[in-house]
Amino acid sequence: MSITRRDFLKIGAVTAGALAASAPAIKSVMALGKKPVSLPQYIPTTCEMCFWRCGVIAKVVDGKVVKLDGNPLHPNSRGKLCARGHGGIGLLYDPDRLKTPLINTGARGEAKFKKASWDEALGYVADKMQKIKEKYGAESIALLTHGTISTYFMHLLQAYGSPNFAMPSFALCRGARGVAFEVTFGEDVGNPERLDLQNSKAIVLIGSHLGENAHNSQCQEFAEAIGKGATLIVVDPRFSTAAGKAKYWLPIKPATDLALLLAWCNVIINEGLYDKDYVARYTTGFNEVVQAVKEYTPDWAEKETDIPASIIVETARVLGKNKPSVLIHPGRHTSWYGDNVQRQRAVAILTALLGAYGRPGGIYLNPKKKFEPVFLSEEDYPDHKPALNKGNYPFAGEEGVTHAIVKATLTEEPYPIKAWFTTGTNIMKAMPNQRDTLKAVQKLDLLVAVDMMPYDGVMLADVVLPECTYLERHDDFFVVKERALGISIRQPVVQPMYDTKPGWWIAKELGKRLGLERYFSWNTFEEFLKHKAEVWGIDYSELAKNGYINFPESEKPYIQPGEDFKFKTPSGKIELYSKELKEHGFDPVPKYTKHEQPPEGWFRLIYGRAPVHTFSRTTNNPSLWELMEENVAWINAKVAKRKGLKNGDYIVLVNQDGVKSNKVRAKVTERIRPDCIYMVHGFGSTSKMLRKAYLRGADDQQLITRYAIDPISGTVGMRVNFVKVTKEV
Amino acid sequence: MPRYVMVIDVERCIGCMACVITCKKENDVPAEHYRTRVVEEVRGEFPHLRMELRSELCNHCENAPCIDACPTRASYRAKDGTVQIDKIKCIGCKACILACPYDARYSHPKGYADKCTFCEHRIKEGKKPACVETCLGKSRIFGDLDEPNSEVAELLKKYDASVRLEFAGTKPRVFYIKKKFAGGM
Repeated sequence: MSITRRDFLKIGAVTAGALAASAPAIKSVMALGKKPVSLPQYIPTTCEMCFWRCGVIAKVVDGKVVKLDGNPLHPNSRGKLCARGHGGIGLLYDPDRLKTPLINTGARGEAKFKKASWDEALGYVADKMQKIKEKYGAESIALLTHGTISTYFMHLLQAYGSPNFAMPSFALCRGARGVAFEVTFGEDVGNPERLDLQNSKAIVLIGSHLGENAHNSQCQEFAEAIGKGATLIVVDPRFSTAAGKAKYWLPIKPATDLALLLAWCNVIINEGLYDKDYVARYTTGFNEVVQAVKEYTPDWAEKETDIPASIIVETARVLGKNKPSVLIHPGRHTSWYGDNVQRQRAVAILTALLGAYGRPGGIYLNPKKKFEPVFLSEEDYPDHKPALNKGNYPFAGEEGVTHAIVKATLTEEPYPIKAWFTTGTNIMKAMPNQRDTLKAVQKLDLLVAVDMMPYDGVMLADVVLPECTYLERHDDFFVVKERALGISIRQPVVQPMYDTKPGWWIAKELGKRLGLERYFSWNTFEEFLKHKAEVWGIDYSELAKNGYINFPESEKPYIQPGEDFKFKTPSGKIELYSKELKEHGFDPVPKYTKHEQPPEGWFRLIYGRAPVHTFSRTTNNPSLWELMEENVAWINAKVAKRKGLKNGDYIVLVNQDGVKSNKVRAKVTERIRPDCIYMVHGFGSTSKMLRKAYLRGADDQQLITRYAIDPISGTVGMRVNFVKVTKEV
Repeated sequence: MPRYVMVIDVERCIGCMACVITCKKENDVPAEHYRTRVVEEVRGEFPHLRMELRSELCNHCENAPCIDACPTRASYRAKDGTVQIDKIKCIGCKACILACPYDARYSHPKGYADKCTFCEHRIKEGKKPACVETCLGKSRIFGDLDEPNSEVAELLKKYDASVRLEFAGTKPRVFYIKKKFAGGM
């Protein structure tokens, strides 16, 4: 409270007089208080404040969005929104939004922007693209992309003749999990993940910090499970919010998760706690797993993980007792170390041993319904040189591998990359080793950024094309694979502000200038959506009115007892032992690999999320910035005491390569191991055009100069950097 | 007449902060001010830790010091038992802000005292308060305590409830329940 008792006495003295004097004025105010009230409109759409894609209902009064709420019909929101979802208004009305196309008049990356018309900006881009195509081939134009805008720009680039696109969501995020689950179960675990949390009796979170990671329906089900008394086991070097709910918090030594997982398998097999019928019926390779995990005893794992053997045994028994309603959370951002796929394979194997895949409280099955694909165009894409976007990783996903693009740009092998399109991707914050990124950027003949805000990566661009926000545009339908399948629509709730345009419009208009009109044969995107709805037999007007259409008959969440269920693997079974991996020269059953630990005086840098932000994307959003203006560096209280650090002191972190962070406040806490420093990812923006976020907090990605690539999938391990703490002077 | 109360199941709060921001948007709360907050309390030493997340807001006390402190009757008890502020009658003296032992009120830049209304405008339309509506954990439960079958009545029958600063004698209508203990390793 800001007023003191003395102030209060003063105020009291003044108010006694003010009271009598103000009485007539009050009457007149009341008489004037009858303004005609505008009726609000409620328009459903799909959120883009993160990538969970909840159903939103926007309340619009006099053309202004005043409130965003969750759509009760949409299974990802269930009538609720997270903080970011409610804060979408802050993005729409952020005064720092990109408002017009911009062309850099200075050197590459100097951000000496002049305003340009769309015609001028698109003409400039098309002209450069033609020159690059003539000299190097269209394949030399690469796309780094994320989110719904990817649809249009992947189409544009492929129509122009380049297959070279990459999404950070694979190599820098979910990729390893996807590969591991595909190899084991024949399919990824989905996005949103098909987790039957609300029915789980035991839940294991390994690094996942639900609550701080505020994926809407997942958090709802997580709380539901807690409310019903599920036993929660949280494996995390940090006492996360979720750990605060847990019966067992296992503050594991970072980089040793695989040891714990293998030891759990060891106990569950040795004590006969696995689901024998399920394993016999649905899996292959059990005996090989038995042999492989023999050496991974709880006593061995204690030395690796710092978790007492007795606790490893006790928690394994909790899992065994509650099978099959056990959820070993497969995680989402799984790009930690160089053995990401093998660690995720261990999660998959443990899930299978407990009989939890396709069972209540485990991982539910994909809904049984498919729509025939409706393409943006019926035209075939032209032939091209072999794609380089997957690097030399046999299990790299269709989303491509970002560092394969960076590497090819730097080395010009197997052929040069001379232009980057970055759409919905902050290349400075998403990708590790910013020095490589900046070096690669200098080798380009063209760098185009399409985005809503002047993020760090946007500031490097030659041409900036401002996309309008999700509240101002149509996008492609979202096919939602929850327990039942459904379709969600994104449609404008207000008209685009400033001179901003939807992603589809930008791609189409650029296409026109490249002679690709025939690939964009629709006039508006709504026209395309109506066509798609017709092919799919959906009532478009109903979808536009309700925001969501559900197909309840598609729901088949569980394998029935005794059912002859076929998995989509080569053997039709869950492949505990993977022939596919073996054929490519990788361990068919995970083997523990030891990772380097920080030397004395150094800390491992770990990073994660806050419930009110989505990476760097929201750090300037006034509604969310208010709740968290900057990140802090978590440091163990005893370590801090030794270093003479107090809570709130500014510190600077220096990594093993001598890179220094921006100053950041220390959060002195008992809630973290002494060998780690933790930060929320996405802060420390270097973009001066983000007036709220500029130089607020520190950038974890800046300190991630070193990374370990998983040879199976090409996913990037980013938790391999060590930092020293220095006190700000 | 109803007797509106809020029950907060602290176990189910996952600290997502959705309540804080939906409240701000729903009620057009100005920058740097809040009508509700989530307080985090951690006890113990690494690795033996406990944490509690506690949503705080106006308690709509039966024995409300803010009403007593108000010189203009701007702070008043509404017919539904909630404590409300008549912005027009409020002269901005801040007496209520000091009188509230829960730090639940703030001075609105437009000159009046402001606080949680239990979203009375929504209750009138048969909706729940915005924070309750969006609470991802269903940690906030709202209803009429005089309705014997209401969820709040059921919960308060079943679980021991506590209120903030019980010794202050304010008789809050925001109740906290803890179904079970949770702690670290």
